[in-house]
Amino acid sequence: MITNNFEYHQPFTAAKAIELFQQLDKEGKSPVYFNGGTEIITMLRINAFYNNTQAVINIRNIPECNAIGFQGDHFIIGGSITLAHLEEREEFPLLRKNCGRIADHTSREKITIAGNICGSIMYKEAILPLLLTDATLLIMSELGIREVPIHEIFDNKINLDHGTFIVQIAIKKSYLNLQFVSKKITKIGRIGYPVLTVNGLQTEEKVRFAFSGLCAFPFRSYAIEKILNSVADSFEEKLSAVIKALPAPILDDAHGSSAYREFVLRYLLEESLTKLKVR
Amino acid sequence: MLQSIELTVNHEKRRIYVRPADTLLHTLRENLGLTGAKPGCENGDCGACTVLFDQRPMKSCLVLAMESENHEIITIEGLHQTSIQKAFIDEFAFQCGYCTSGFIMNCYALAAHHPNPDDYQIKNWLQSNICRCTGYEEIKHAITKVLKQQ
Amino acid sequence: MIGKSVPRKESENKVTGTAKYTDDFTTAGLLYAKILTSPHAHANITSIDSTKAEKLPGVRTIITGQDYPILTGSAIEDRPILAIDKIRYFGEPIAIVVADSEYEAQEACKYIDVRYELLPVIHTVHEALAGIKPFIHENLLQYYQVKKMAPNPKQNTANHIKIRKGNIDKGRKLSEVTVNVDVSLPPSDHAAMETRSVRAEIVANGQVHIHSSSQAPFAIKQNICKYFMLNESDVIVHCPLVGGGFGGKAAVQLELLAYVASKAVGGRLVSLTNTREDDFVTSPVHIGMSANVKLGATKTGKFKMCEIKFLFDAGAYVDESSDITTTAATNCTGPYNIDHVWCDSLCVYTNHTYATSFRGYGHGELTFAIERAIDTLANKLQIDSIELRKLNAIKTGDTTPTQAPLTKSNIGNTLKCIQRVKELIDWKQGEIIHLSDRIVRAKGISCLWKTSLSPTDATSGAIITFNQDGSINLHVGLVEIGQGTKTVLAQILAESMKVDISKIHVKMEVDTSVSPNHWKTVASTGIYMVGNAVLDAAENAKKQLKVTASYALRCSPDQLEVGNSQIYVKHDPKRFINLGTAAFGYKYSNGNAIGGEVIGQGSFIMHHLTEIDSHTGKGIGGPEWTVGAQAVEVELDRKTFSYKIKKAISVIDAGKILNPKAARGQVTGAMSMGLSWASREGFIYDDNGKVENNQFRTYKTFIFDEQPEYIVEFISTPQLDAPYGARPLGEHGIIGMPAALANSLSKAAGVSLNQLPLFPETIWKHARGEAIDYK
Repeated sequence: MITNNFEYHQPFTAAKAIELFQQLDKEGKSPVYFNGGTEIITMLRINAFYNNTQAVINIRNIPECNAIGFQGDHFIIGGSITLAHLEEREEFPLLRKNCGRIADHTSREKITIAGNICGSIMYKEAILPLLLTDATLLIMSELGIREVPIHEIFDNKINLDHGTFIVQIAIKKSYLNLQFVSKKITKIGRIGYPVLTVNGLQTEEKVRFAFSGLCAFPFRSYAIEKILNSVADSFEEKLSAVIKALPAPILDDAHGSSAYREFVLRYLLEESLTKLKVR
Repeated sequence: MLQSIELTVNHEKRRIYVRPADTLLHTLRENLGLTGAKPGCENGDCGACTVLFDQRPMKSCLVLAMESENHEIITIEGLHQTSIQKAFIDEFAFQCGYCTSGFIMNCYALAAHHPNPDDYQIKNWLQSNICRCTGYEEIKHAITKVLKQQ
Repeated sequence: MIGKSVPRKESENKVTGTAKYTDDFTTAGLLYAKILTSPHAHANITSIDSTKAEKLPGVRTIITGQDYPILTGSAIEDRPILAIDKIRYFGEPIAIVVADSEYEAQEACKYIDVRYELLPVIHTVHEALAGIKPFIHENLLQYYQVKKMAPNPKQNTANHIKIRKGNIDKGRKLSEVTVNVDVSLPPSDHAAMETRSVRAEIVANGQVHIHSSSQAPFAIKQNICKYFMLNESDVIVHCPLVGGGFGGKAAVQLELLAYVASKAVGGRLVSLTNTREDDFVTSPVHIGMSANVKLGATKTGKFKMCEIKFLFDAGAYVDESSDITTTAATNCTGPYNIDHVWCDSLCVYTNHTYATSFRGYGHGELTFAIERAIDTLANKLQIDSIELRKLNAIKTGDTTPTQAPLTKSNIGNTLKCIQRVKELIDWKQGEIIHLSDRIVRAKGISCLWKTSLSPTDATSGAIITFNQDGSINLHVGLVEIGQGTKTVLAQILAESMKVDISKIHVKMEVDTSVSPNHWKTVASTGIYMVGNAVLDAAENAKKQLKVTASYALRCSPDQLEVGNSQIYVKHDPKRFINLGTAAFGYKYSNGNAIGGEVIGQGSFIMHHLTEIDSHTGKGIGGPEWTVGAQAVEVELDRKTFSYKIKKAISVIDAGKILNPKAARGQVTGAMSMGLSWASREGFIYDDNGKVENNQFRTYKTFIFDEQPEYIVEFISTPQLDAPYGARPLGEHGIIGMPAALANSLSKAAGVSLNQLPLFPETIWKHARGEAIDYK
């Protein structure tokens, strides 16, 4: 059970949420935004994180955060949309597939997309499709809603300014139905943290790739994409170049040794390139 | 520190006092005496605490009681002589019974939302719960039977 | 009623959420205890300062090891209830906080300041045997031995069991081919869905009430009396329905803590429930093992000798590990007849969580060792591995490794089981089938046997009382942990009393102040022990009923029969008196009465068991050996090393099957647990001995749709001294699963897989080495 005593606030507008945050912050209550909150609840319970939190602000019910659908050239996903809901939506098949493999179905009824990509658990698999489609994040701050390209704010993790939160995610329509691969390997079975999750997306000019479970953070690497799109190199050459180009050492932990992750990377990349018809 | 909230559980409104840090699971068990939902892990991993939250399956250990205001909660105590409960008995789909409430709630929700699920959907939903006694065969028989009857 | 699939008696309660388990209880004024556990695996405690924590709101008291300097243990008293001066495993209890609410108790744990001096961690049995200082138990020789042990502090060893059957030198000489196989499996967990929970209260007259999710209420009572010097009559243990046990709840741990917690607050009612994390690492676990098997045979495959060394990882304290070490040794060969057997079985301390009984009690572990050796031998001899097993299968007239004679009653038909498994797995079709250039289908076999190791004088009792409507109440000391025994006992009673099952009410809760004694709800012995007591009680009740009825029906009791809720005249069934009437005496028309309430009493005691000789192991350890054969069919992707378990088969000689659906459920449930254990379960320790997978999120078990197609059949060689000839079968489905899975995957991967668990990564690691062509 959670031993921390915190205040619970449930604002119904984005502006009210910001106001509350500033006020609680001023009072020294180390407020946190709560959207789904599965991670906050489970981490607080074992005192692993959010230990100083004396106030949570549940932004789940802010109307804009619950929007989903097309707006102009974009597919808009509210930050409060659950993974289980996304799993049942047909607009963005790559995201749908990825979301269907995060945690288990009942947990996905609670986990929201903003919660997943802003959490402290390192895998954040829902972010991979967003990185591949150059998504835009709509971020609420005291200045109002700002549109930020995901690449501008994502550097191993989403670096939100203090007191701000994701209201919506916008993905260009033209990216939604491209050919893709989404492959996930766990230590064993279907449910669990990834030994490796690979996402590939076939755009007009090239194949894009993003990974989770390979390093201590999810990432998309232009350097790796360049290697994998090369026409000249053999698969073996590409693979060794990819490994050299990784942004951080391969993860080595209880879920999988780094050597094993490298082995899984080999066959998942091979399968992915074959499926996307990259030679 | 305690806050007053009104919950709607099994179609009854109940006003209670909770700590904002209390989970819905804790509140159901300790404040409302509804101990059918079980604290198998309190970490969202085992599904023994599954209830219906606005008709959707929900792990009540992953929900704060405060979040539950203005939502419709149904626990195992709110199901009466449903076909899934009967099928669990007839198919011997439980032994110790500790995971049973959660499994039944999830099965019930599955049958309600997907009356004709394919094998993948059944697996996808029911892999949210752990049973340590059976080999899952009987649980599969029970849900299959109910779906066929529908 | 016998042989019918009667749904369990507590069914309705379990599907409506009204079935009550220990922690499903609350009352105003209930206090909560939480345990502060050790963040290190091996360390001296230099100081504990609770002053800050004591001042926190809601905190009633804090107890540390110094408050109760007692040592406990079922075999050797080596374990303090709270660490004293030293901690020996990650998660070991250090202090208890009692507070007004659960969260206040838990919060206060954070403020207890414990200082440690870290010690080198003993990670493995091999490191333990190497005897690097400091030893885990410096004062091992001073500990009180409840059972006779052979401790060796310099090797961190608590016990050493020796089996010496035949003449090993002769066996070696007769062996034309010998294989030498090393196997190992890490400590893992029972992971029952209900975490262990207990509630304690000391009422004004001095009586101690313990409510516990336990498989061993009578052991709790004895332990509390012994360690806290109380009278037996002053300790009352209550066990409601238990949410899974698998052996893990036969150990007594939290009960002792809850008692001292209640005592410290003037006897008030205190609740103590494990978090899942504590249940994984603080409470006792499933034992780990390392073993070496040398198996020798003639060129034609006749086993001649077997030399086995078991190193059991007891963890920090012995608890049941010594008896598991013994049981593995006394049954080390599996169900095979071998003339010359040596086994050295060591119970070794490490800085892991201490182990206790687990479903199979050493048999799954010994079976993994011997069955991997048999497949290796078959490969070396180029003999079909099923034929090799058939050639050596044990039978009536043979003897066990402890030289116990096998009779037509105490052993089943191993050969028949193997033969049937051979047909069911379609062995003819081939052991290895290449389905594509990547996917290989392979089949693995394992035989199994199991006996129970109880005290030679273990007892059970049964009491039956009646209601005026003719229904019957059954009261036994066995705990309903999900195994369904109470329903089967009701069937046994219904059959004996010739009434419908609906007329039998079984008391689900155990209350040691009124329930007849039952040793422990372990070892699949419920039907044999309690079932016999129930039959005895039924006969006793019938005798009394006939006497009362004889007054009413004016005949001799011998002329009467009990059935259909009546006592009737055998040759003229129309003359009868209702059971519900006769059970409360008979009233003559003038008002005179005779007879009185009928209370049937029955009992059972183990018979013909002997202690095991400490030099040779000679003795009769158990009442019978259930035998069986199992098979697993896998499909392995040789590129990715992921695999699917397609089929799992069990053919068990279980004698008479009393409840077919329930029996199948016990077997498939155990098979599932065995496959889960073998494929994915095991604690992962970091360099400091800290468990990294103490949640279901990281400690994976089988989930829905990972199960294979189960095929379960029974052979029915009756056990003559058991109720209706039924043999034990609650644990047996688990026993051969690890071996059968490893045997199948070894073939599929083309490498010897002798270490559990068998993650794809494990297979990949083995295959990465120069793969030997298995067959």
